[in-house]
Amino acid sequence: MIEHPSDSHTLETYEATGGYAGARKAMDMTRDELVELVKSSGLIGRGGAGFSAGLKWSFLAPARPAYLIVNGDESEPGTFKDRQLLERDPHQMIEGIVITAVANEVHEAFIYIRGEYPLPARRVQRALAEAYAKGYLGKGIFGTDYELEVTVHLGGGAYICGEETALINSLEGRRGEPRIKPPYFPAAKGLYMMPTIVNNVETVSNLPYILEHGADAYRALGHDVDTGTFLFSVSGHVNRPGNYELPHGITWRDLIFDVAGGIRAGNELKTWIPGGASAPWFVPSQHLDDEITKDACGKAGSMLGSGAVIVMDDTTCVVRAAERVVRFFAHESCGQCTPCREGTTWEEMILRRIEEGAGREVDTDLLLDVADNISPGLLWPPKMTTICPLGPSSVSPITSITRYFKDEVMAHIHGGGCPFD
Amino acid sequence: MSWSVETLARARSLADRYPQKRSAIMPLLYMAMREDGYVTEDGMRVVAELTGLTPVQVESVASFYGMFKLIPQGEYLVSVCTSIACMLNGADDVMSSAEEQAGVPAGETAADGVVTVEHVECIGACGGAPAVQVNYELVEGVTSEAVAAMIRWLRENRPETITAAELQERFGGARSFDPAISEPQGAIGPFPAFDPYRTAGGAS
Repeated sequence: MIEHPSDSHTLETYEATGGYAGARKAMDMTRDELVELVKSSGLIGRGGAGFSAGLKWSFLAPARPAYLIVNGDESEPGTFKDRQLLERDPHQMIEGIVITAVANEVHEAFIYIRGEYPLPARRVQRALAEAYAKGYLGKGIFGTDYELEVTVHLGGGAYICGEETALINSLEGRRGEPRIKPPYFPAAKGLYMMPTIVNNVETVSNLPYILEHGADAYRALGHDVDTGTFLFSVSGHVNRPGNYELPHGITWRDLIFDVAGGIRAGNELKTWIPGGASAPWFVPSQHLDDEITKDACGKAGSMLGSGAVIVMDDTTCVVRAAERVVRFFAHESCGQCTPCREGTTWEEMILRRIEEGAGREVDTDLLLDVADNISPGLLWPPKMTTICPLGPSSVSPITSITRYFKDEVMAHIHGGGCPFD
Repeated sequence: MSWSVETLARARSLADRYPQKRSAIMPLLYMAMREDGYVTEDGMRVVAELTGLTPVQVESVASFYGMFKLIPQGEYLVSVCTSIACMLNGADDVMSSAEEQAGVPAGETAADGVVTVEHVECIGACGGAPAVQVNYELVEGVTSEAVAAMIRWLRENRPETITAAELQERFGGARSFDPAISEPQGAIGPFPAFDPYRTAGGAS
């Protein structure tokens, strides 16, 4: 993304450093030209599913009105990149919204920001007001006859609303329950059953750079098929947690030990979650020198997802860590699908009793059996028994700790409690 | 309807902002909380009238989302994140300390009605873990001692406005990222300080 100074949440600074040049350029381009440009940039959606942004746009059905929703419901444990983009660089996102709207012949956009982000939402609100006042939004933007209205919509504290069809239900004023696909692919039938583009905050924030510098320059920032830069949110037991904008293709060793400053307090790296709470975990003996690419993570049985890297050192009890991740999914299950609603709750209860010293010899098998009922075969990417991937995601920590740390799990059961207490 | 004429006018223009009025349920529920401190039966009736739905349809939405509180809250809602990244950095101790200082378990409001404590799932502050929100204004790098001091401070000073900048300065530590410029606006009441009806280009 384009680098802007610290007060670039104001329009003045954003423009002084080249802001809105991309949007101006887009106003003179056709839908086909814009879709082709974004396709050839190789921009992959940054919401976690890893789908080509240009391809997603090209699927938009011809019926109108069509809508654009920018997904700022960032709630996956470990992820805090969109918060920084919303707080620090809202105009970059708004410029991306203008570009996306023009490319898809959309005249109404919504920015869905999670309810726990009032400060970022206020920043965006003020930036929108500035853009409206300047004629970059509203009727007749940039001196053309194009109209674009943008509304900020605050979520209500539900992780599931990050799933695009749940988000659409939520924006329609319904419970945030995912819709069954097909037929409800948003590009065909989305908001109010009309064609809808749903793009992540980070995805649209990449567009001004692509418009300004071109697809080749954007590709050159990246690594092979993973074009452009990528925002890593690094948290946990590292010396320098934070958001880092990097190309793909560096190794996990580079990211954890160089970029993020290594493991704190002289402890050893034990395990890490490579792509948000949904992702299966990695361990240093097998993955530390792997290149960080979408493909490499997939081949190693996990995913890069939203780029949230949660690092755990050797003082961490993996049962407690797994319980905490599973608890999240149990808490956030929307309750529509039985395997997820019941399964996540059972997974949480069994992990808690193992952690608290009441685990039984059969509990590891039982855990895997429950997990297998949510995600048959325990594969990655998972086979689905549910409408959305939330339930199957809850299985990741369980397969991870039983694969890599079986002895530690059994020590809880045989020792009647947590060896780390 | 118990809302003032002025508030109702704002609410109607907010509902008009959306292609379909039903979409305004969530922002209107936030307005209802601002009116009554939490989502009351009366509030849901008003939202139903404004959106052309039945009160039970509104309740089915309100009850889905954790931030719409269907029971009275304290003046200050202290939300402690105990998700994975915060837990790895000591959030369970922060939670216990908050419960002890407030004198009630998570999910309850202290007898004085000033403080409610709750544990929440990830609030997007993993780089500054452990993190806490007061009326949804964020403070990062919070210790057990700091959260206890914060609850004492809330009780003794009863600040009218809660700002993230002040909380961070008094009770916070390391942050997820440099905030550059501190945010002057803050929360009044146990709900997010965000005015949907002031959405740019819409009603003001």
